[in-house]
Amino acid sequence: MIEIHGLSKSFEERQVLNNLDLTIKTGETKVIIGRSGVGKSVLLKNIIGLVRPDSGSIKINGVDVTRISEKEYNKIRMEIGMVFQGGALFDSMTVGENVAFVLSEFMDLDQKTIQDKIVDALALVGLKGVEKMMPSKLSGGMKKRVSLARVLCMEPQIILYDEPTSEVDPIMADAINNLIIELRDKLKVTSIVVTHDMNAAYKVADSIAMFYHGHVIADGTPDQIRNTTHPVVRQFIHGLAYGPITEDENLVFGHVK
Amino acid sequence: MTTSVLISRSGSMIARFFEYMGELTIIWTQTLGWIFVPPFHGRRFLEQARRIGPGSFFISALVAFFVGMIIALQMAYMMVRLSAEIYIPNVVAVSLTRELAPVLTALIVAGRIGAGITAEIGSMTVTEQVDALRAFACDPVKYLVVPRFLGLVVMLPILTVFADLIGIMGGYMICVNKLSVTAPMYFTMVIQSLAIKDIVTGLIKTIFFGMIIAIVGCHQGLTVKGGAEGVGRATTVSVVRSFIMIIITDCMFTTLFYFVFNV
Repeated sequence: MIEIHGLSKSFEERQVLNNLDLTIKTGETKVIIGRSGVGKSVLLKNIIGLVRPDSGSIKINGVDVTRISEKEYNKIRMEIGMVFQGGALFDSMTVGENVAFVLSEFMDLDQKTIQDKIVDALALVGLKGVEKMMPSKLSGGMKKRVSLARVLCMEPQIILYDEPTSEVDPIMADAINNLIIELRDKLKVTSIVVTHDMNAAYKVADSIAMFYHGHVIADGTPDQIRNTTHPVVRQFIHGLAYGPITEDENLVFGHVK
Repeated sequence: MTTSVLISRSGSMIARFFEYMGELTIIWTQTLGWIFVPPFHGRRFLEQARRIGPGSFFISALVAFFVGMIIALQMAYMMVRLSAEIYIPNVVAVSLTRELAPVLTALIVAGRIGAGITAEIGSMTVTEQVDALRAFACDPVKYLVVPRFLGLVVMLPILTVFADLIGIMGGYMICVNKLSVTAPMYFTMVIQSLAIKDIVTGLIKTIFFGMIIAIVGCHQGLTVKGGAEGVGRATTVSVVRSFIMIIITDCMFTTLFYFVFNV
C-alpha cells in the first residue's frame, strides 16, 4: 500500500505538487490523469526517491520513505519498477543487457537462466530476436516495451508507469494495457499509471485520480470519473479545447483563416 | 556600474566558486569511498582504461615527439652560440619528464576523454538513464564515476611514461641529425641528467591530473540541465575547467616539490 499525505514539491519558484493526498491499495491499479506539467511524473519520481519532497510523507507498505537514508531506500527500490517516459534504456548496452540489468547487477544467476529470463520478459511485451540490438536502433515504442521488459525481469511488487502507451501503435498499446491488467490479476502487482490516453485509463484502472493545480481534484472508479459532473474533469476527459481549465490558464486558441 | 553592484556580483561569483569546489569535493570523496565497496566491476574499469590509454596513445605520442623536437631546436638556438650543444639532451629530458610530458598529456586527455565523459554522462542525465540507474538501486557515482576515475588515474601516468620516451626521441632526431651530438652521447647525457625523482614527480602530478579530469568531467555530466544544448555547454565548460585546474595544480605541485621537498 502506498499512502501519500500532504506532499508538496517546488522547483525554484514553481509549485508542482501542493499538499497532495493519495492512497493506492495493495494490488490496485491507480491511473493518474491531468494536464501536462501538473506533477504526475514528479509524483512517480517522489515515490521511487529520485526527487525528495519539500514536505509531506510517502508511506510504502508502512515505511515513510521520505525519512530514510539512500541505503535503506535502495532496499525498497528493489521492490519497485519504473517504466520511464522515454524508456531510459542504457545506450551503451544491448537490449538483452538492458533487460537483464538488475539480474546481472544484484542476482547471482547463471548465464542460461539470465538468457531465459530475457527471452521470457521480451516475449511478454511482444518482442523477439532483438536481444543483440542496440537501443539506438529501436523505435520509440520498442524502447518503451524493452523498458517494461526490464522492469518485469525484476519481478517487482509495485510498478510505476510513466505514459506506457505513448509512441506505441494502437495494437501494441492494447497489448500493454492487457499486460498491466494481467500483472494485477495474476501477480497482484500494485501499479500507478500516468497517462493521457483515456481509453487506456478506463481499461486498466481500478481507480482514476485527476491532478489539478498540484493536488487531486477527483478520485474514483472509471465509471465515476466517466460520469462525473465536475466541470474541470469533464473538460479533460472529453478533451475539449474550451472550458474551465483553458479559461483558468487564459489560453486563447486561434483559428486558421 | 555602481560599487555595490560590483561587490554583490563579486560576492556571488565567490560563493558560486566555493559551492562548485564543494560539489567537486563531495563527488571526489564519494568516488574514493565507492572504490573499496564491493561488488567490484573490473570489466567496466577495463573498458574505460582501453578507451583512455590506447585511444589517446597516438595523439599524445605525436604531440610529445614534436615537443621534444621543438625543445631541442629552441635550445639549439642559444646553446650553439655558447658551444654547449652537448647539454641540449639534458634540457630535453628534464623539461619533458618533470613538466611538459605530464602537463601536455593531461591537457590532451582532458580535451579528448574529459569532453567525452561529460557528453556521455550528460546525455545519460538528460535522457533519464541516470535516474533509471538510481531507480534500480545503483549509485551513479559507483556505476559511472568510479570506472572512469580509476581508468584515468591508472592510464594517465602510463601515457605520460610513453610521452617521456617519445619526446626524448623527438629531441634525438634534432640533436643527432642536425646538431653535432652523436647517438651514444645523446643517450649518455639523457641518462646522466635524469634522476628518478624527475620521473616520479612528473608521474605524481599525472595521478592528480587524472582525478581532476574524471571528477570535473563526471560532475559536469551529472549536473547537466537543458537537453542537447545543455550537454554541449557542459562539455565546453568541462574542458575549460579541467585545463585551468590542471595548470593551477601543476603550478602548486611544482612549487611544493621545489620549495618544500627540494626535488
